[in-house]
Amino acid sequence: MSEWWTYRIASFVLFSPRTYLRLCEIYNDAIWPLQIVTLAAGIALVLAAWVGRPSSARAIPLALAALWLFVAWAFHYRRYATINWAAQYFAVAFVAQALLLAWSGVAGRIRFGGVAAWRQRAAVCVVAAALFGVPLLERLAGRGWSQLEAFGTAPDPTAIGTLGILLLTRDPSPWPLLTIPLAWCAVNGAFQWTLGLADALALPLIALVALALRVASALRQPLRPSAR
Amino acid sequence: MRSPAPNGRRAFLGSLAGSAAALLLAPRSAGAQQPPITRAVPSTGEALPVVGLGSWITFNVGEDRTARDECADVMRVFFEAGGRMIDSSPMYGSSQQVIGYGLRKLGMPAPLFSADKVWIASGSRGAAQIEESRTHWSVPRFDLLQVHNLLSWQDHLPLLFAMKAAGRLRYVGITTSEGRRHADIEAIMRAHPLDFVQVTYNAVDRDVEARILPLARERGIAVIVNRPFRQGALISATRSAKLPSFAADVGCASWAALLLKFAVSHPAVTCAIPATTSVAHAQENMGVARGPLPDEPMRQRIATLFAKL
Repeated sequence: MSEWWTYRIASFVLFSPRTYLRLCEIYNDAIWPLQIVTLAAGIALVLAAWVGRPSSARAIPLALAALWLFVAWAFHYRRYATINWAAQYFAVAFVAQALLLAWSGVAGRIRFGGVAAWRQRAAVCVVAAALFGVPLLERLAGRGWSQLEAFGTAPDPTAIGTLGILLLTRDPSPWPLLTIPLAWCAVNGAFQWTLGLADALALPLIALVALALRVASALRQPLRPSAR
Repeated sequence: MRSPAPNGRRAFLGSLAGSAAALLLAPRSAGAQQPPITRAVPSTGEALPVVGLGSWITFNVGEDRTARDECADVMRVFFEAGGRMIDSSPMYGSSQQVIGYGLRKLGMPAPLFSADKVWIASGSRGAAQIEESRTHWSVPRFDLLQVHNLLSWQDHLPLLFAMKAAGRLRYVGITTSEGRRHADIEAIMRAHPLDFVQVTYNAVDRDVEARILPLARERGIAVIVNRPFRQGALISATRSAKLPSFAADVGCASWAALLLKFAVSHPAVTCAIPATTSVAHAQENMGVARGPLPDEPMRQRIATLFAKL
């Protein structure tokens, strides 16, 4: 784009807050009661990551991959792209994250469990923020029940929940798996701020906390060559 | 090179013809209304009401049927009040599809003046994008196509002029917004036989008064004004301010009406395109196209007022 530096984020906010919330509402109505299933899946995933059985190394990344793939297709491509042409690129990024997660699972690149107690507690807090905190904040910000975003079906809680679950990996720094969720939180936080949504800052703030925890765990537990 | 702007008689006759046409074409419910003020497109003399309808943000409602019907209601009120120009762009998400939905629902109103844009970096894909836009609108051809924000204008302008020469388009234009690339806009206005130029103009953003608006008059180029309310920010700024008493002299009962009167009262401006999702606001906007317009001293007072807000 010519002189792209003259554009602000506001130049790419193509719709009103009302339109976005109506889109969430119509989407939620269309997929109900899948949100209950994905919420239960989120609880099961964090419990499995906490326990850290060997089979989790494959199952958890593959389950997360399925959720990212679903959000890419059902939310970004089928719905969000109808009001935001950038959503087709968001869909591609979510598919890329799904592929990274799936590859990590199939190749056995990450293992869960055996992490310090403080990290377990922190991870549960971040996942709880994704499963319950984000919808609660959205509700407090004035959204209707049918406009709330749920883990596994909407991008924000899915990104935060993934960051939380990945805090339970034995390897201290699975950075390739963190890049897209962190980038999404930064980009969409800025976007929602520009849109004027009252809960806009929650997403990047929770992501920042997850990032800080990840850095802290990497500093406390240097990468070992025998991590696998 | 094009000839200078047409003389006053041609413009006057164009306005007269346009007003008469608007009267004939307007639905019965609007029959008792005074016809809207029109300005002539300098290159043809065709008259256009000074208030049109934009679609940035407001018409991008996706597949939400309820919201689409609300947009169609805005369009219905717009046409009933004698409106003609609706403006959109491929950049505006689903706005083109929503306009098409509204037009089909309203039975493709004959007064429609369809203004759209080409907005794609690839020059070779411009024609395909235009055809896709036309399909969204459900119109046989566009009245006006503009190069959006001068994106790849070197490739798209020749295409638009070729379409016009082939009778597949009536008018060619370029656009900018928020003060971007005014030097380039000016250079293109001087070098190419444009019919329209679209710029941001309101009581605060007045850069175009210095060079672009005078140049448009000199070159006989119609001017479309976008962001007359600065996307609502100027109206928000007046929230606690009292409407000045002189607003009543030009028939304005609100700050929004006064702002819109300011934009359309510049003699070089052909049409302003405020966007709204509200039927009441659409009616208020079209009301601006009736009654007296501010003279130059009053325009200065309006600008001074907003400079202080």
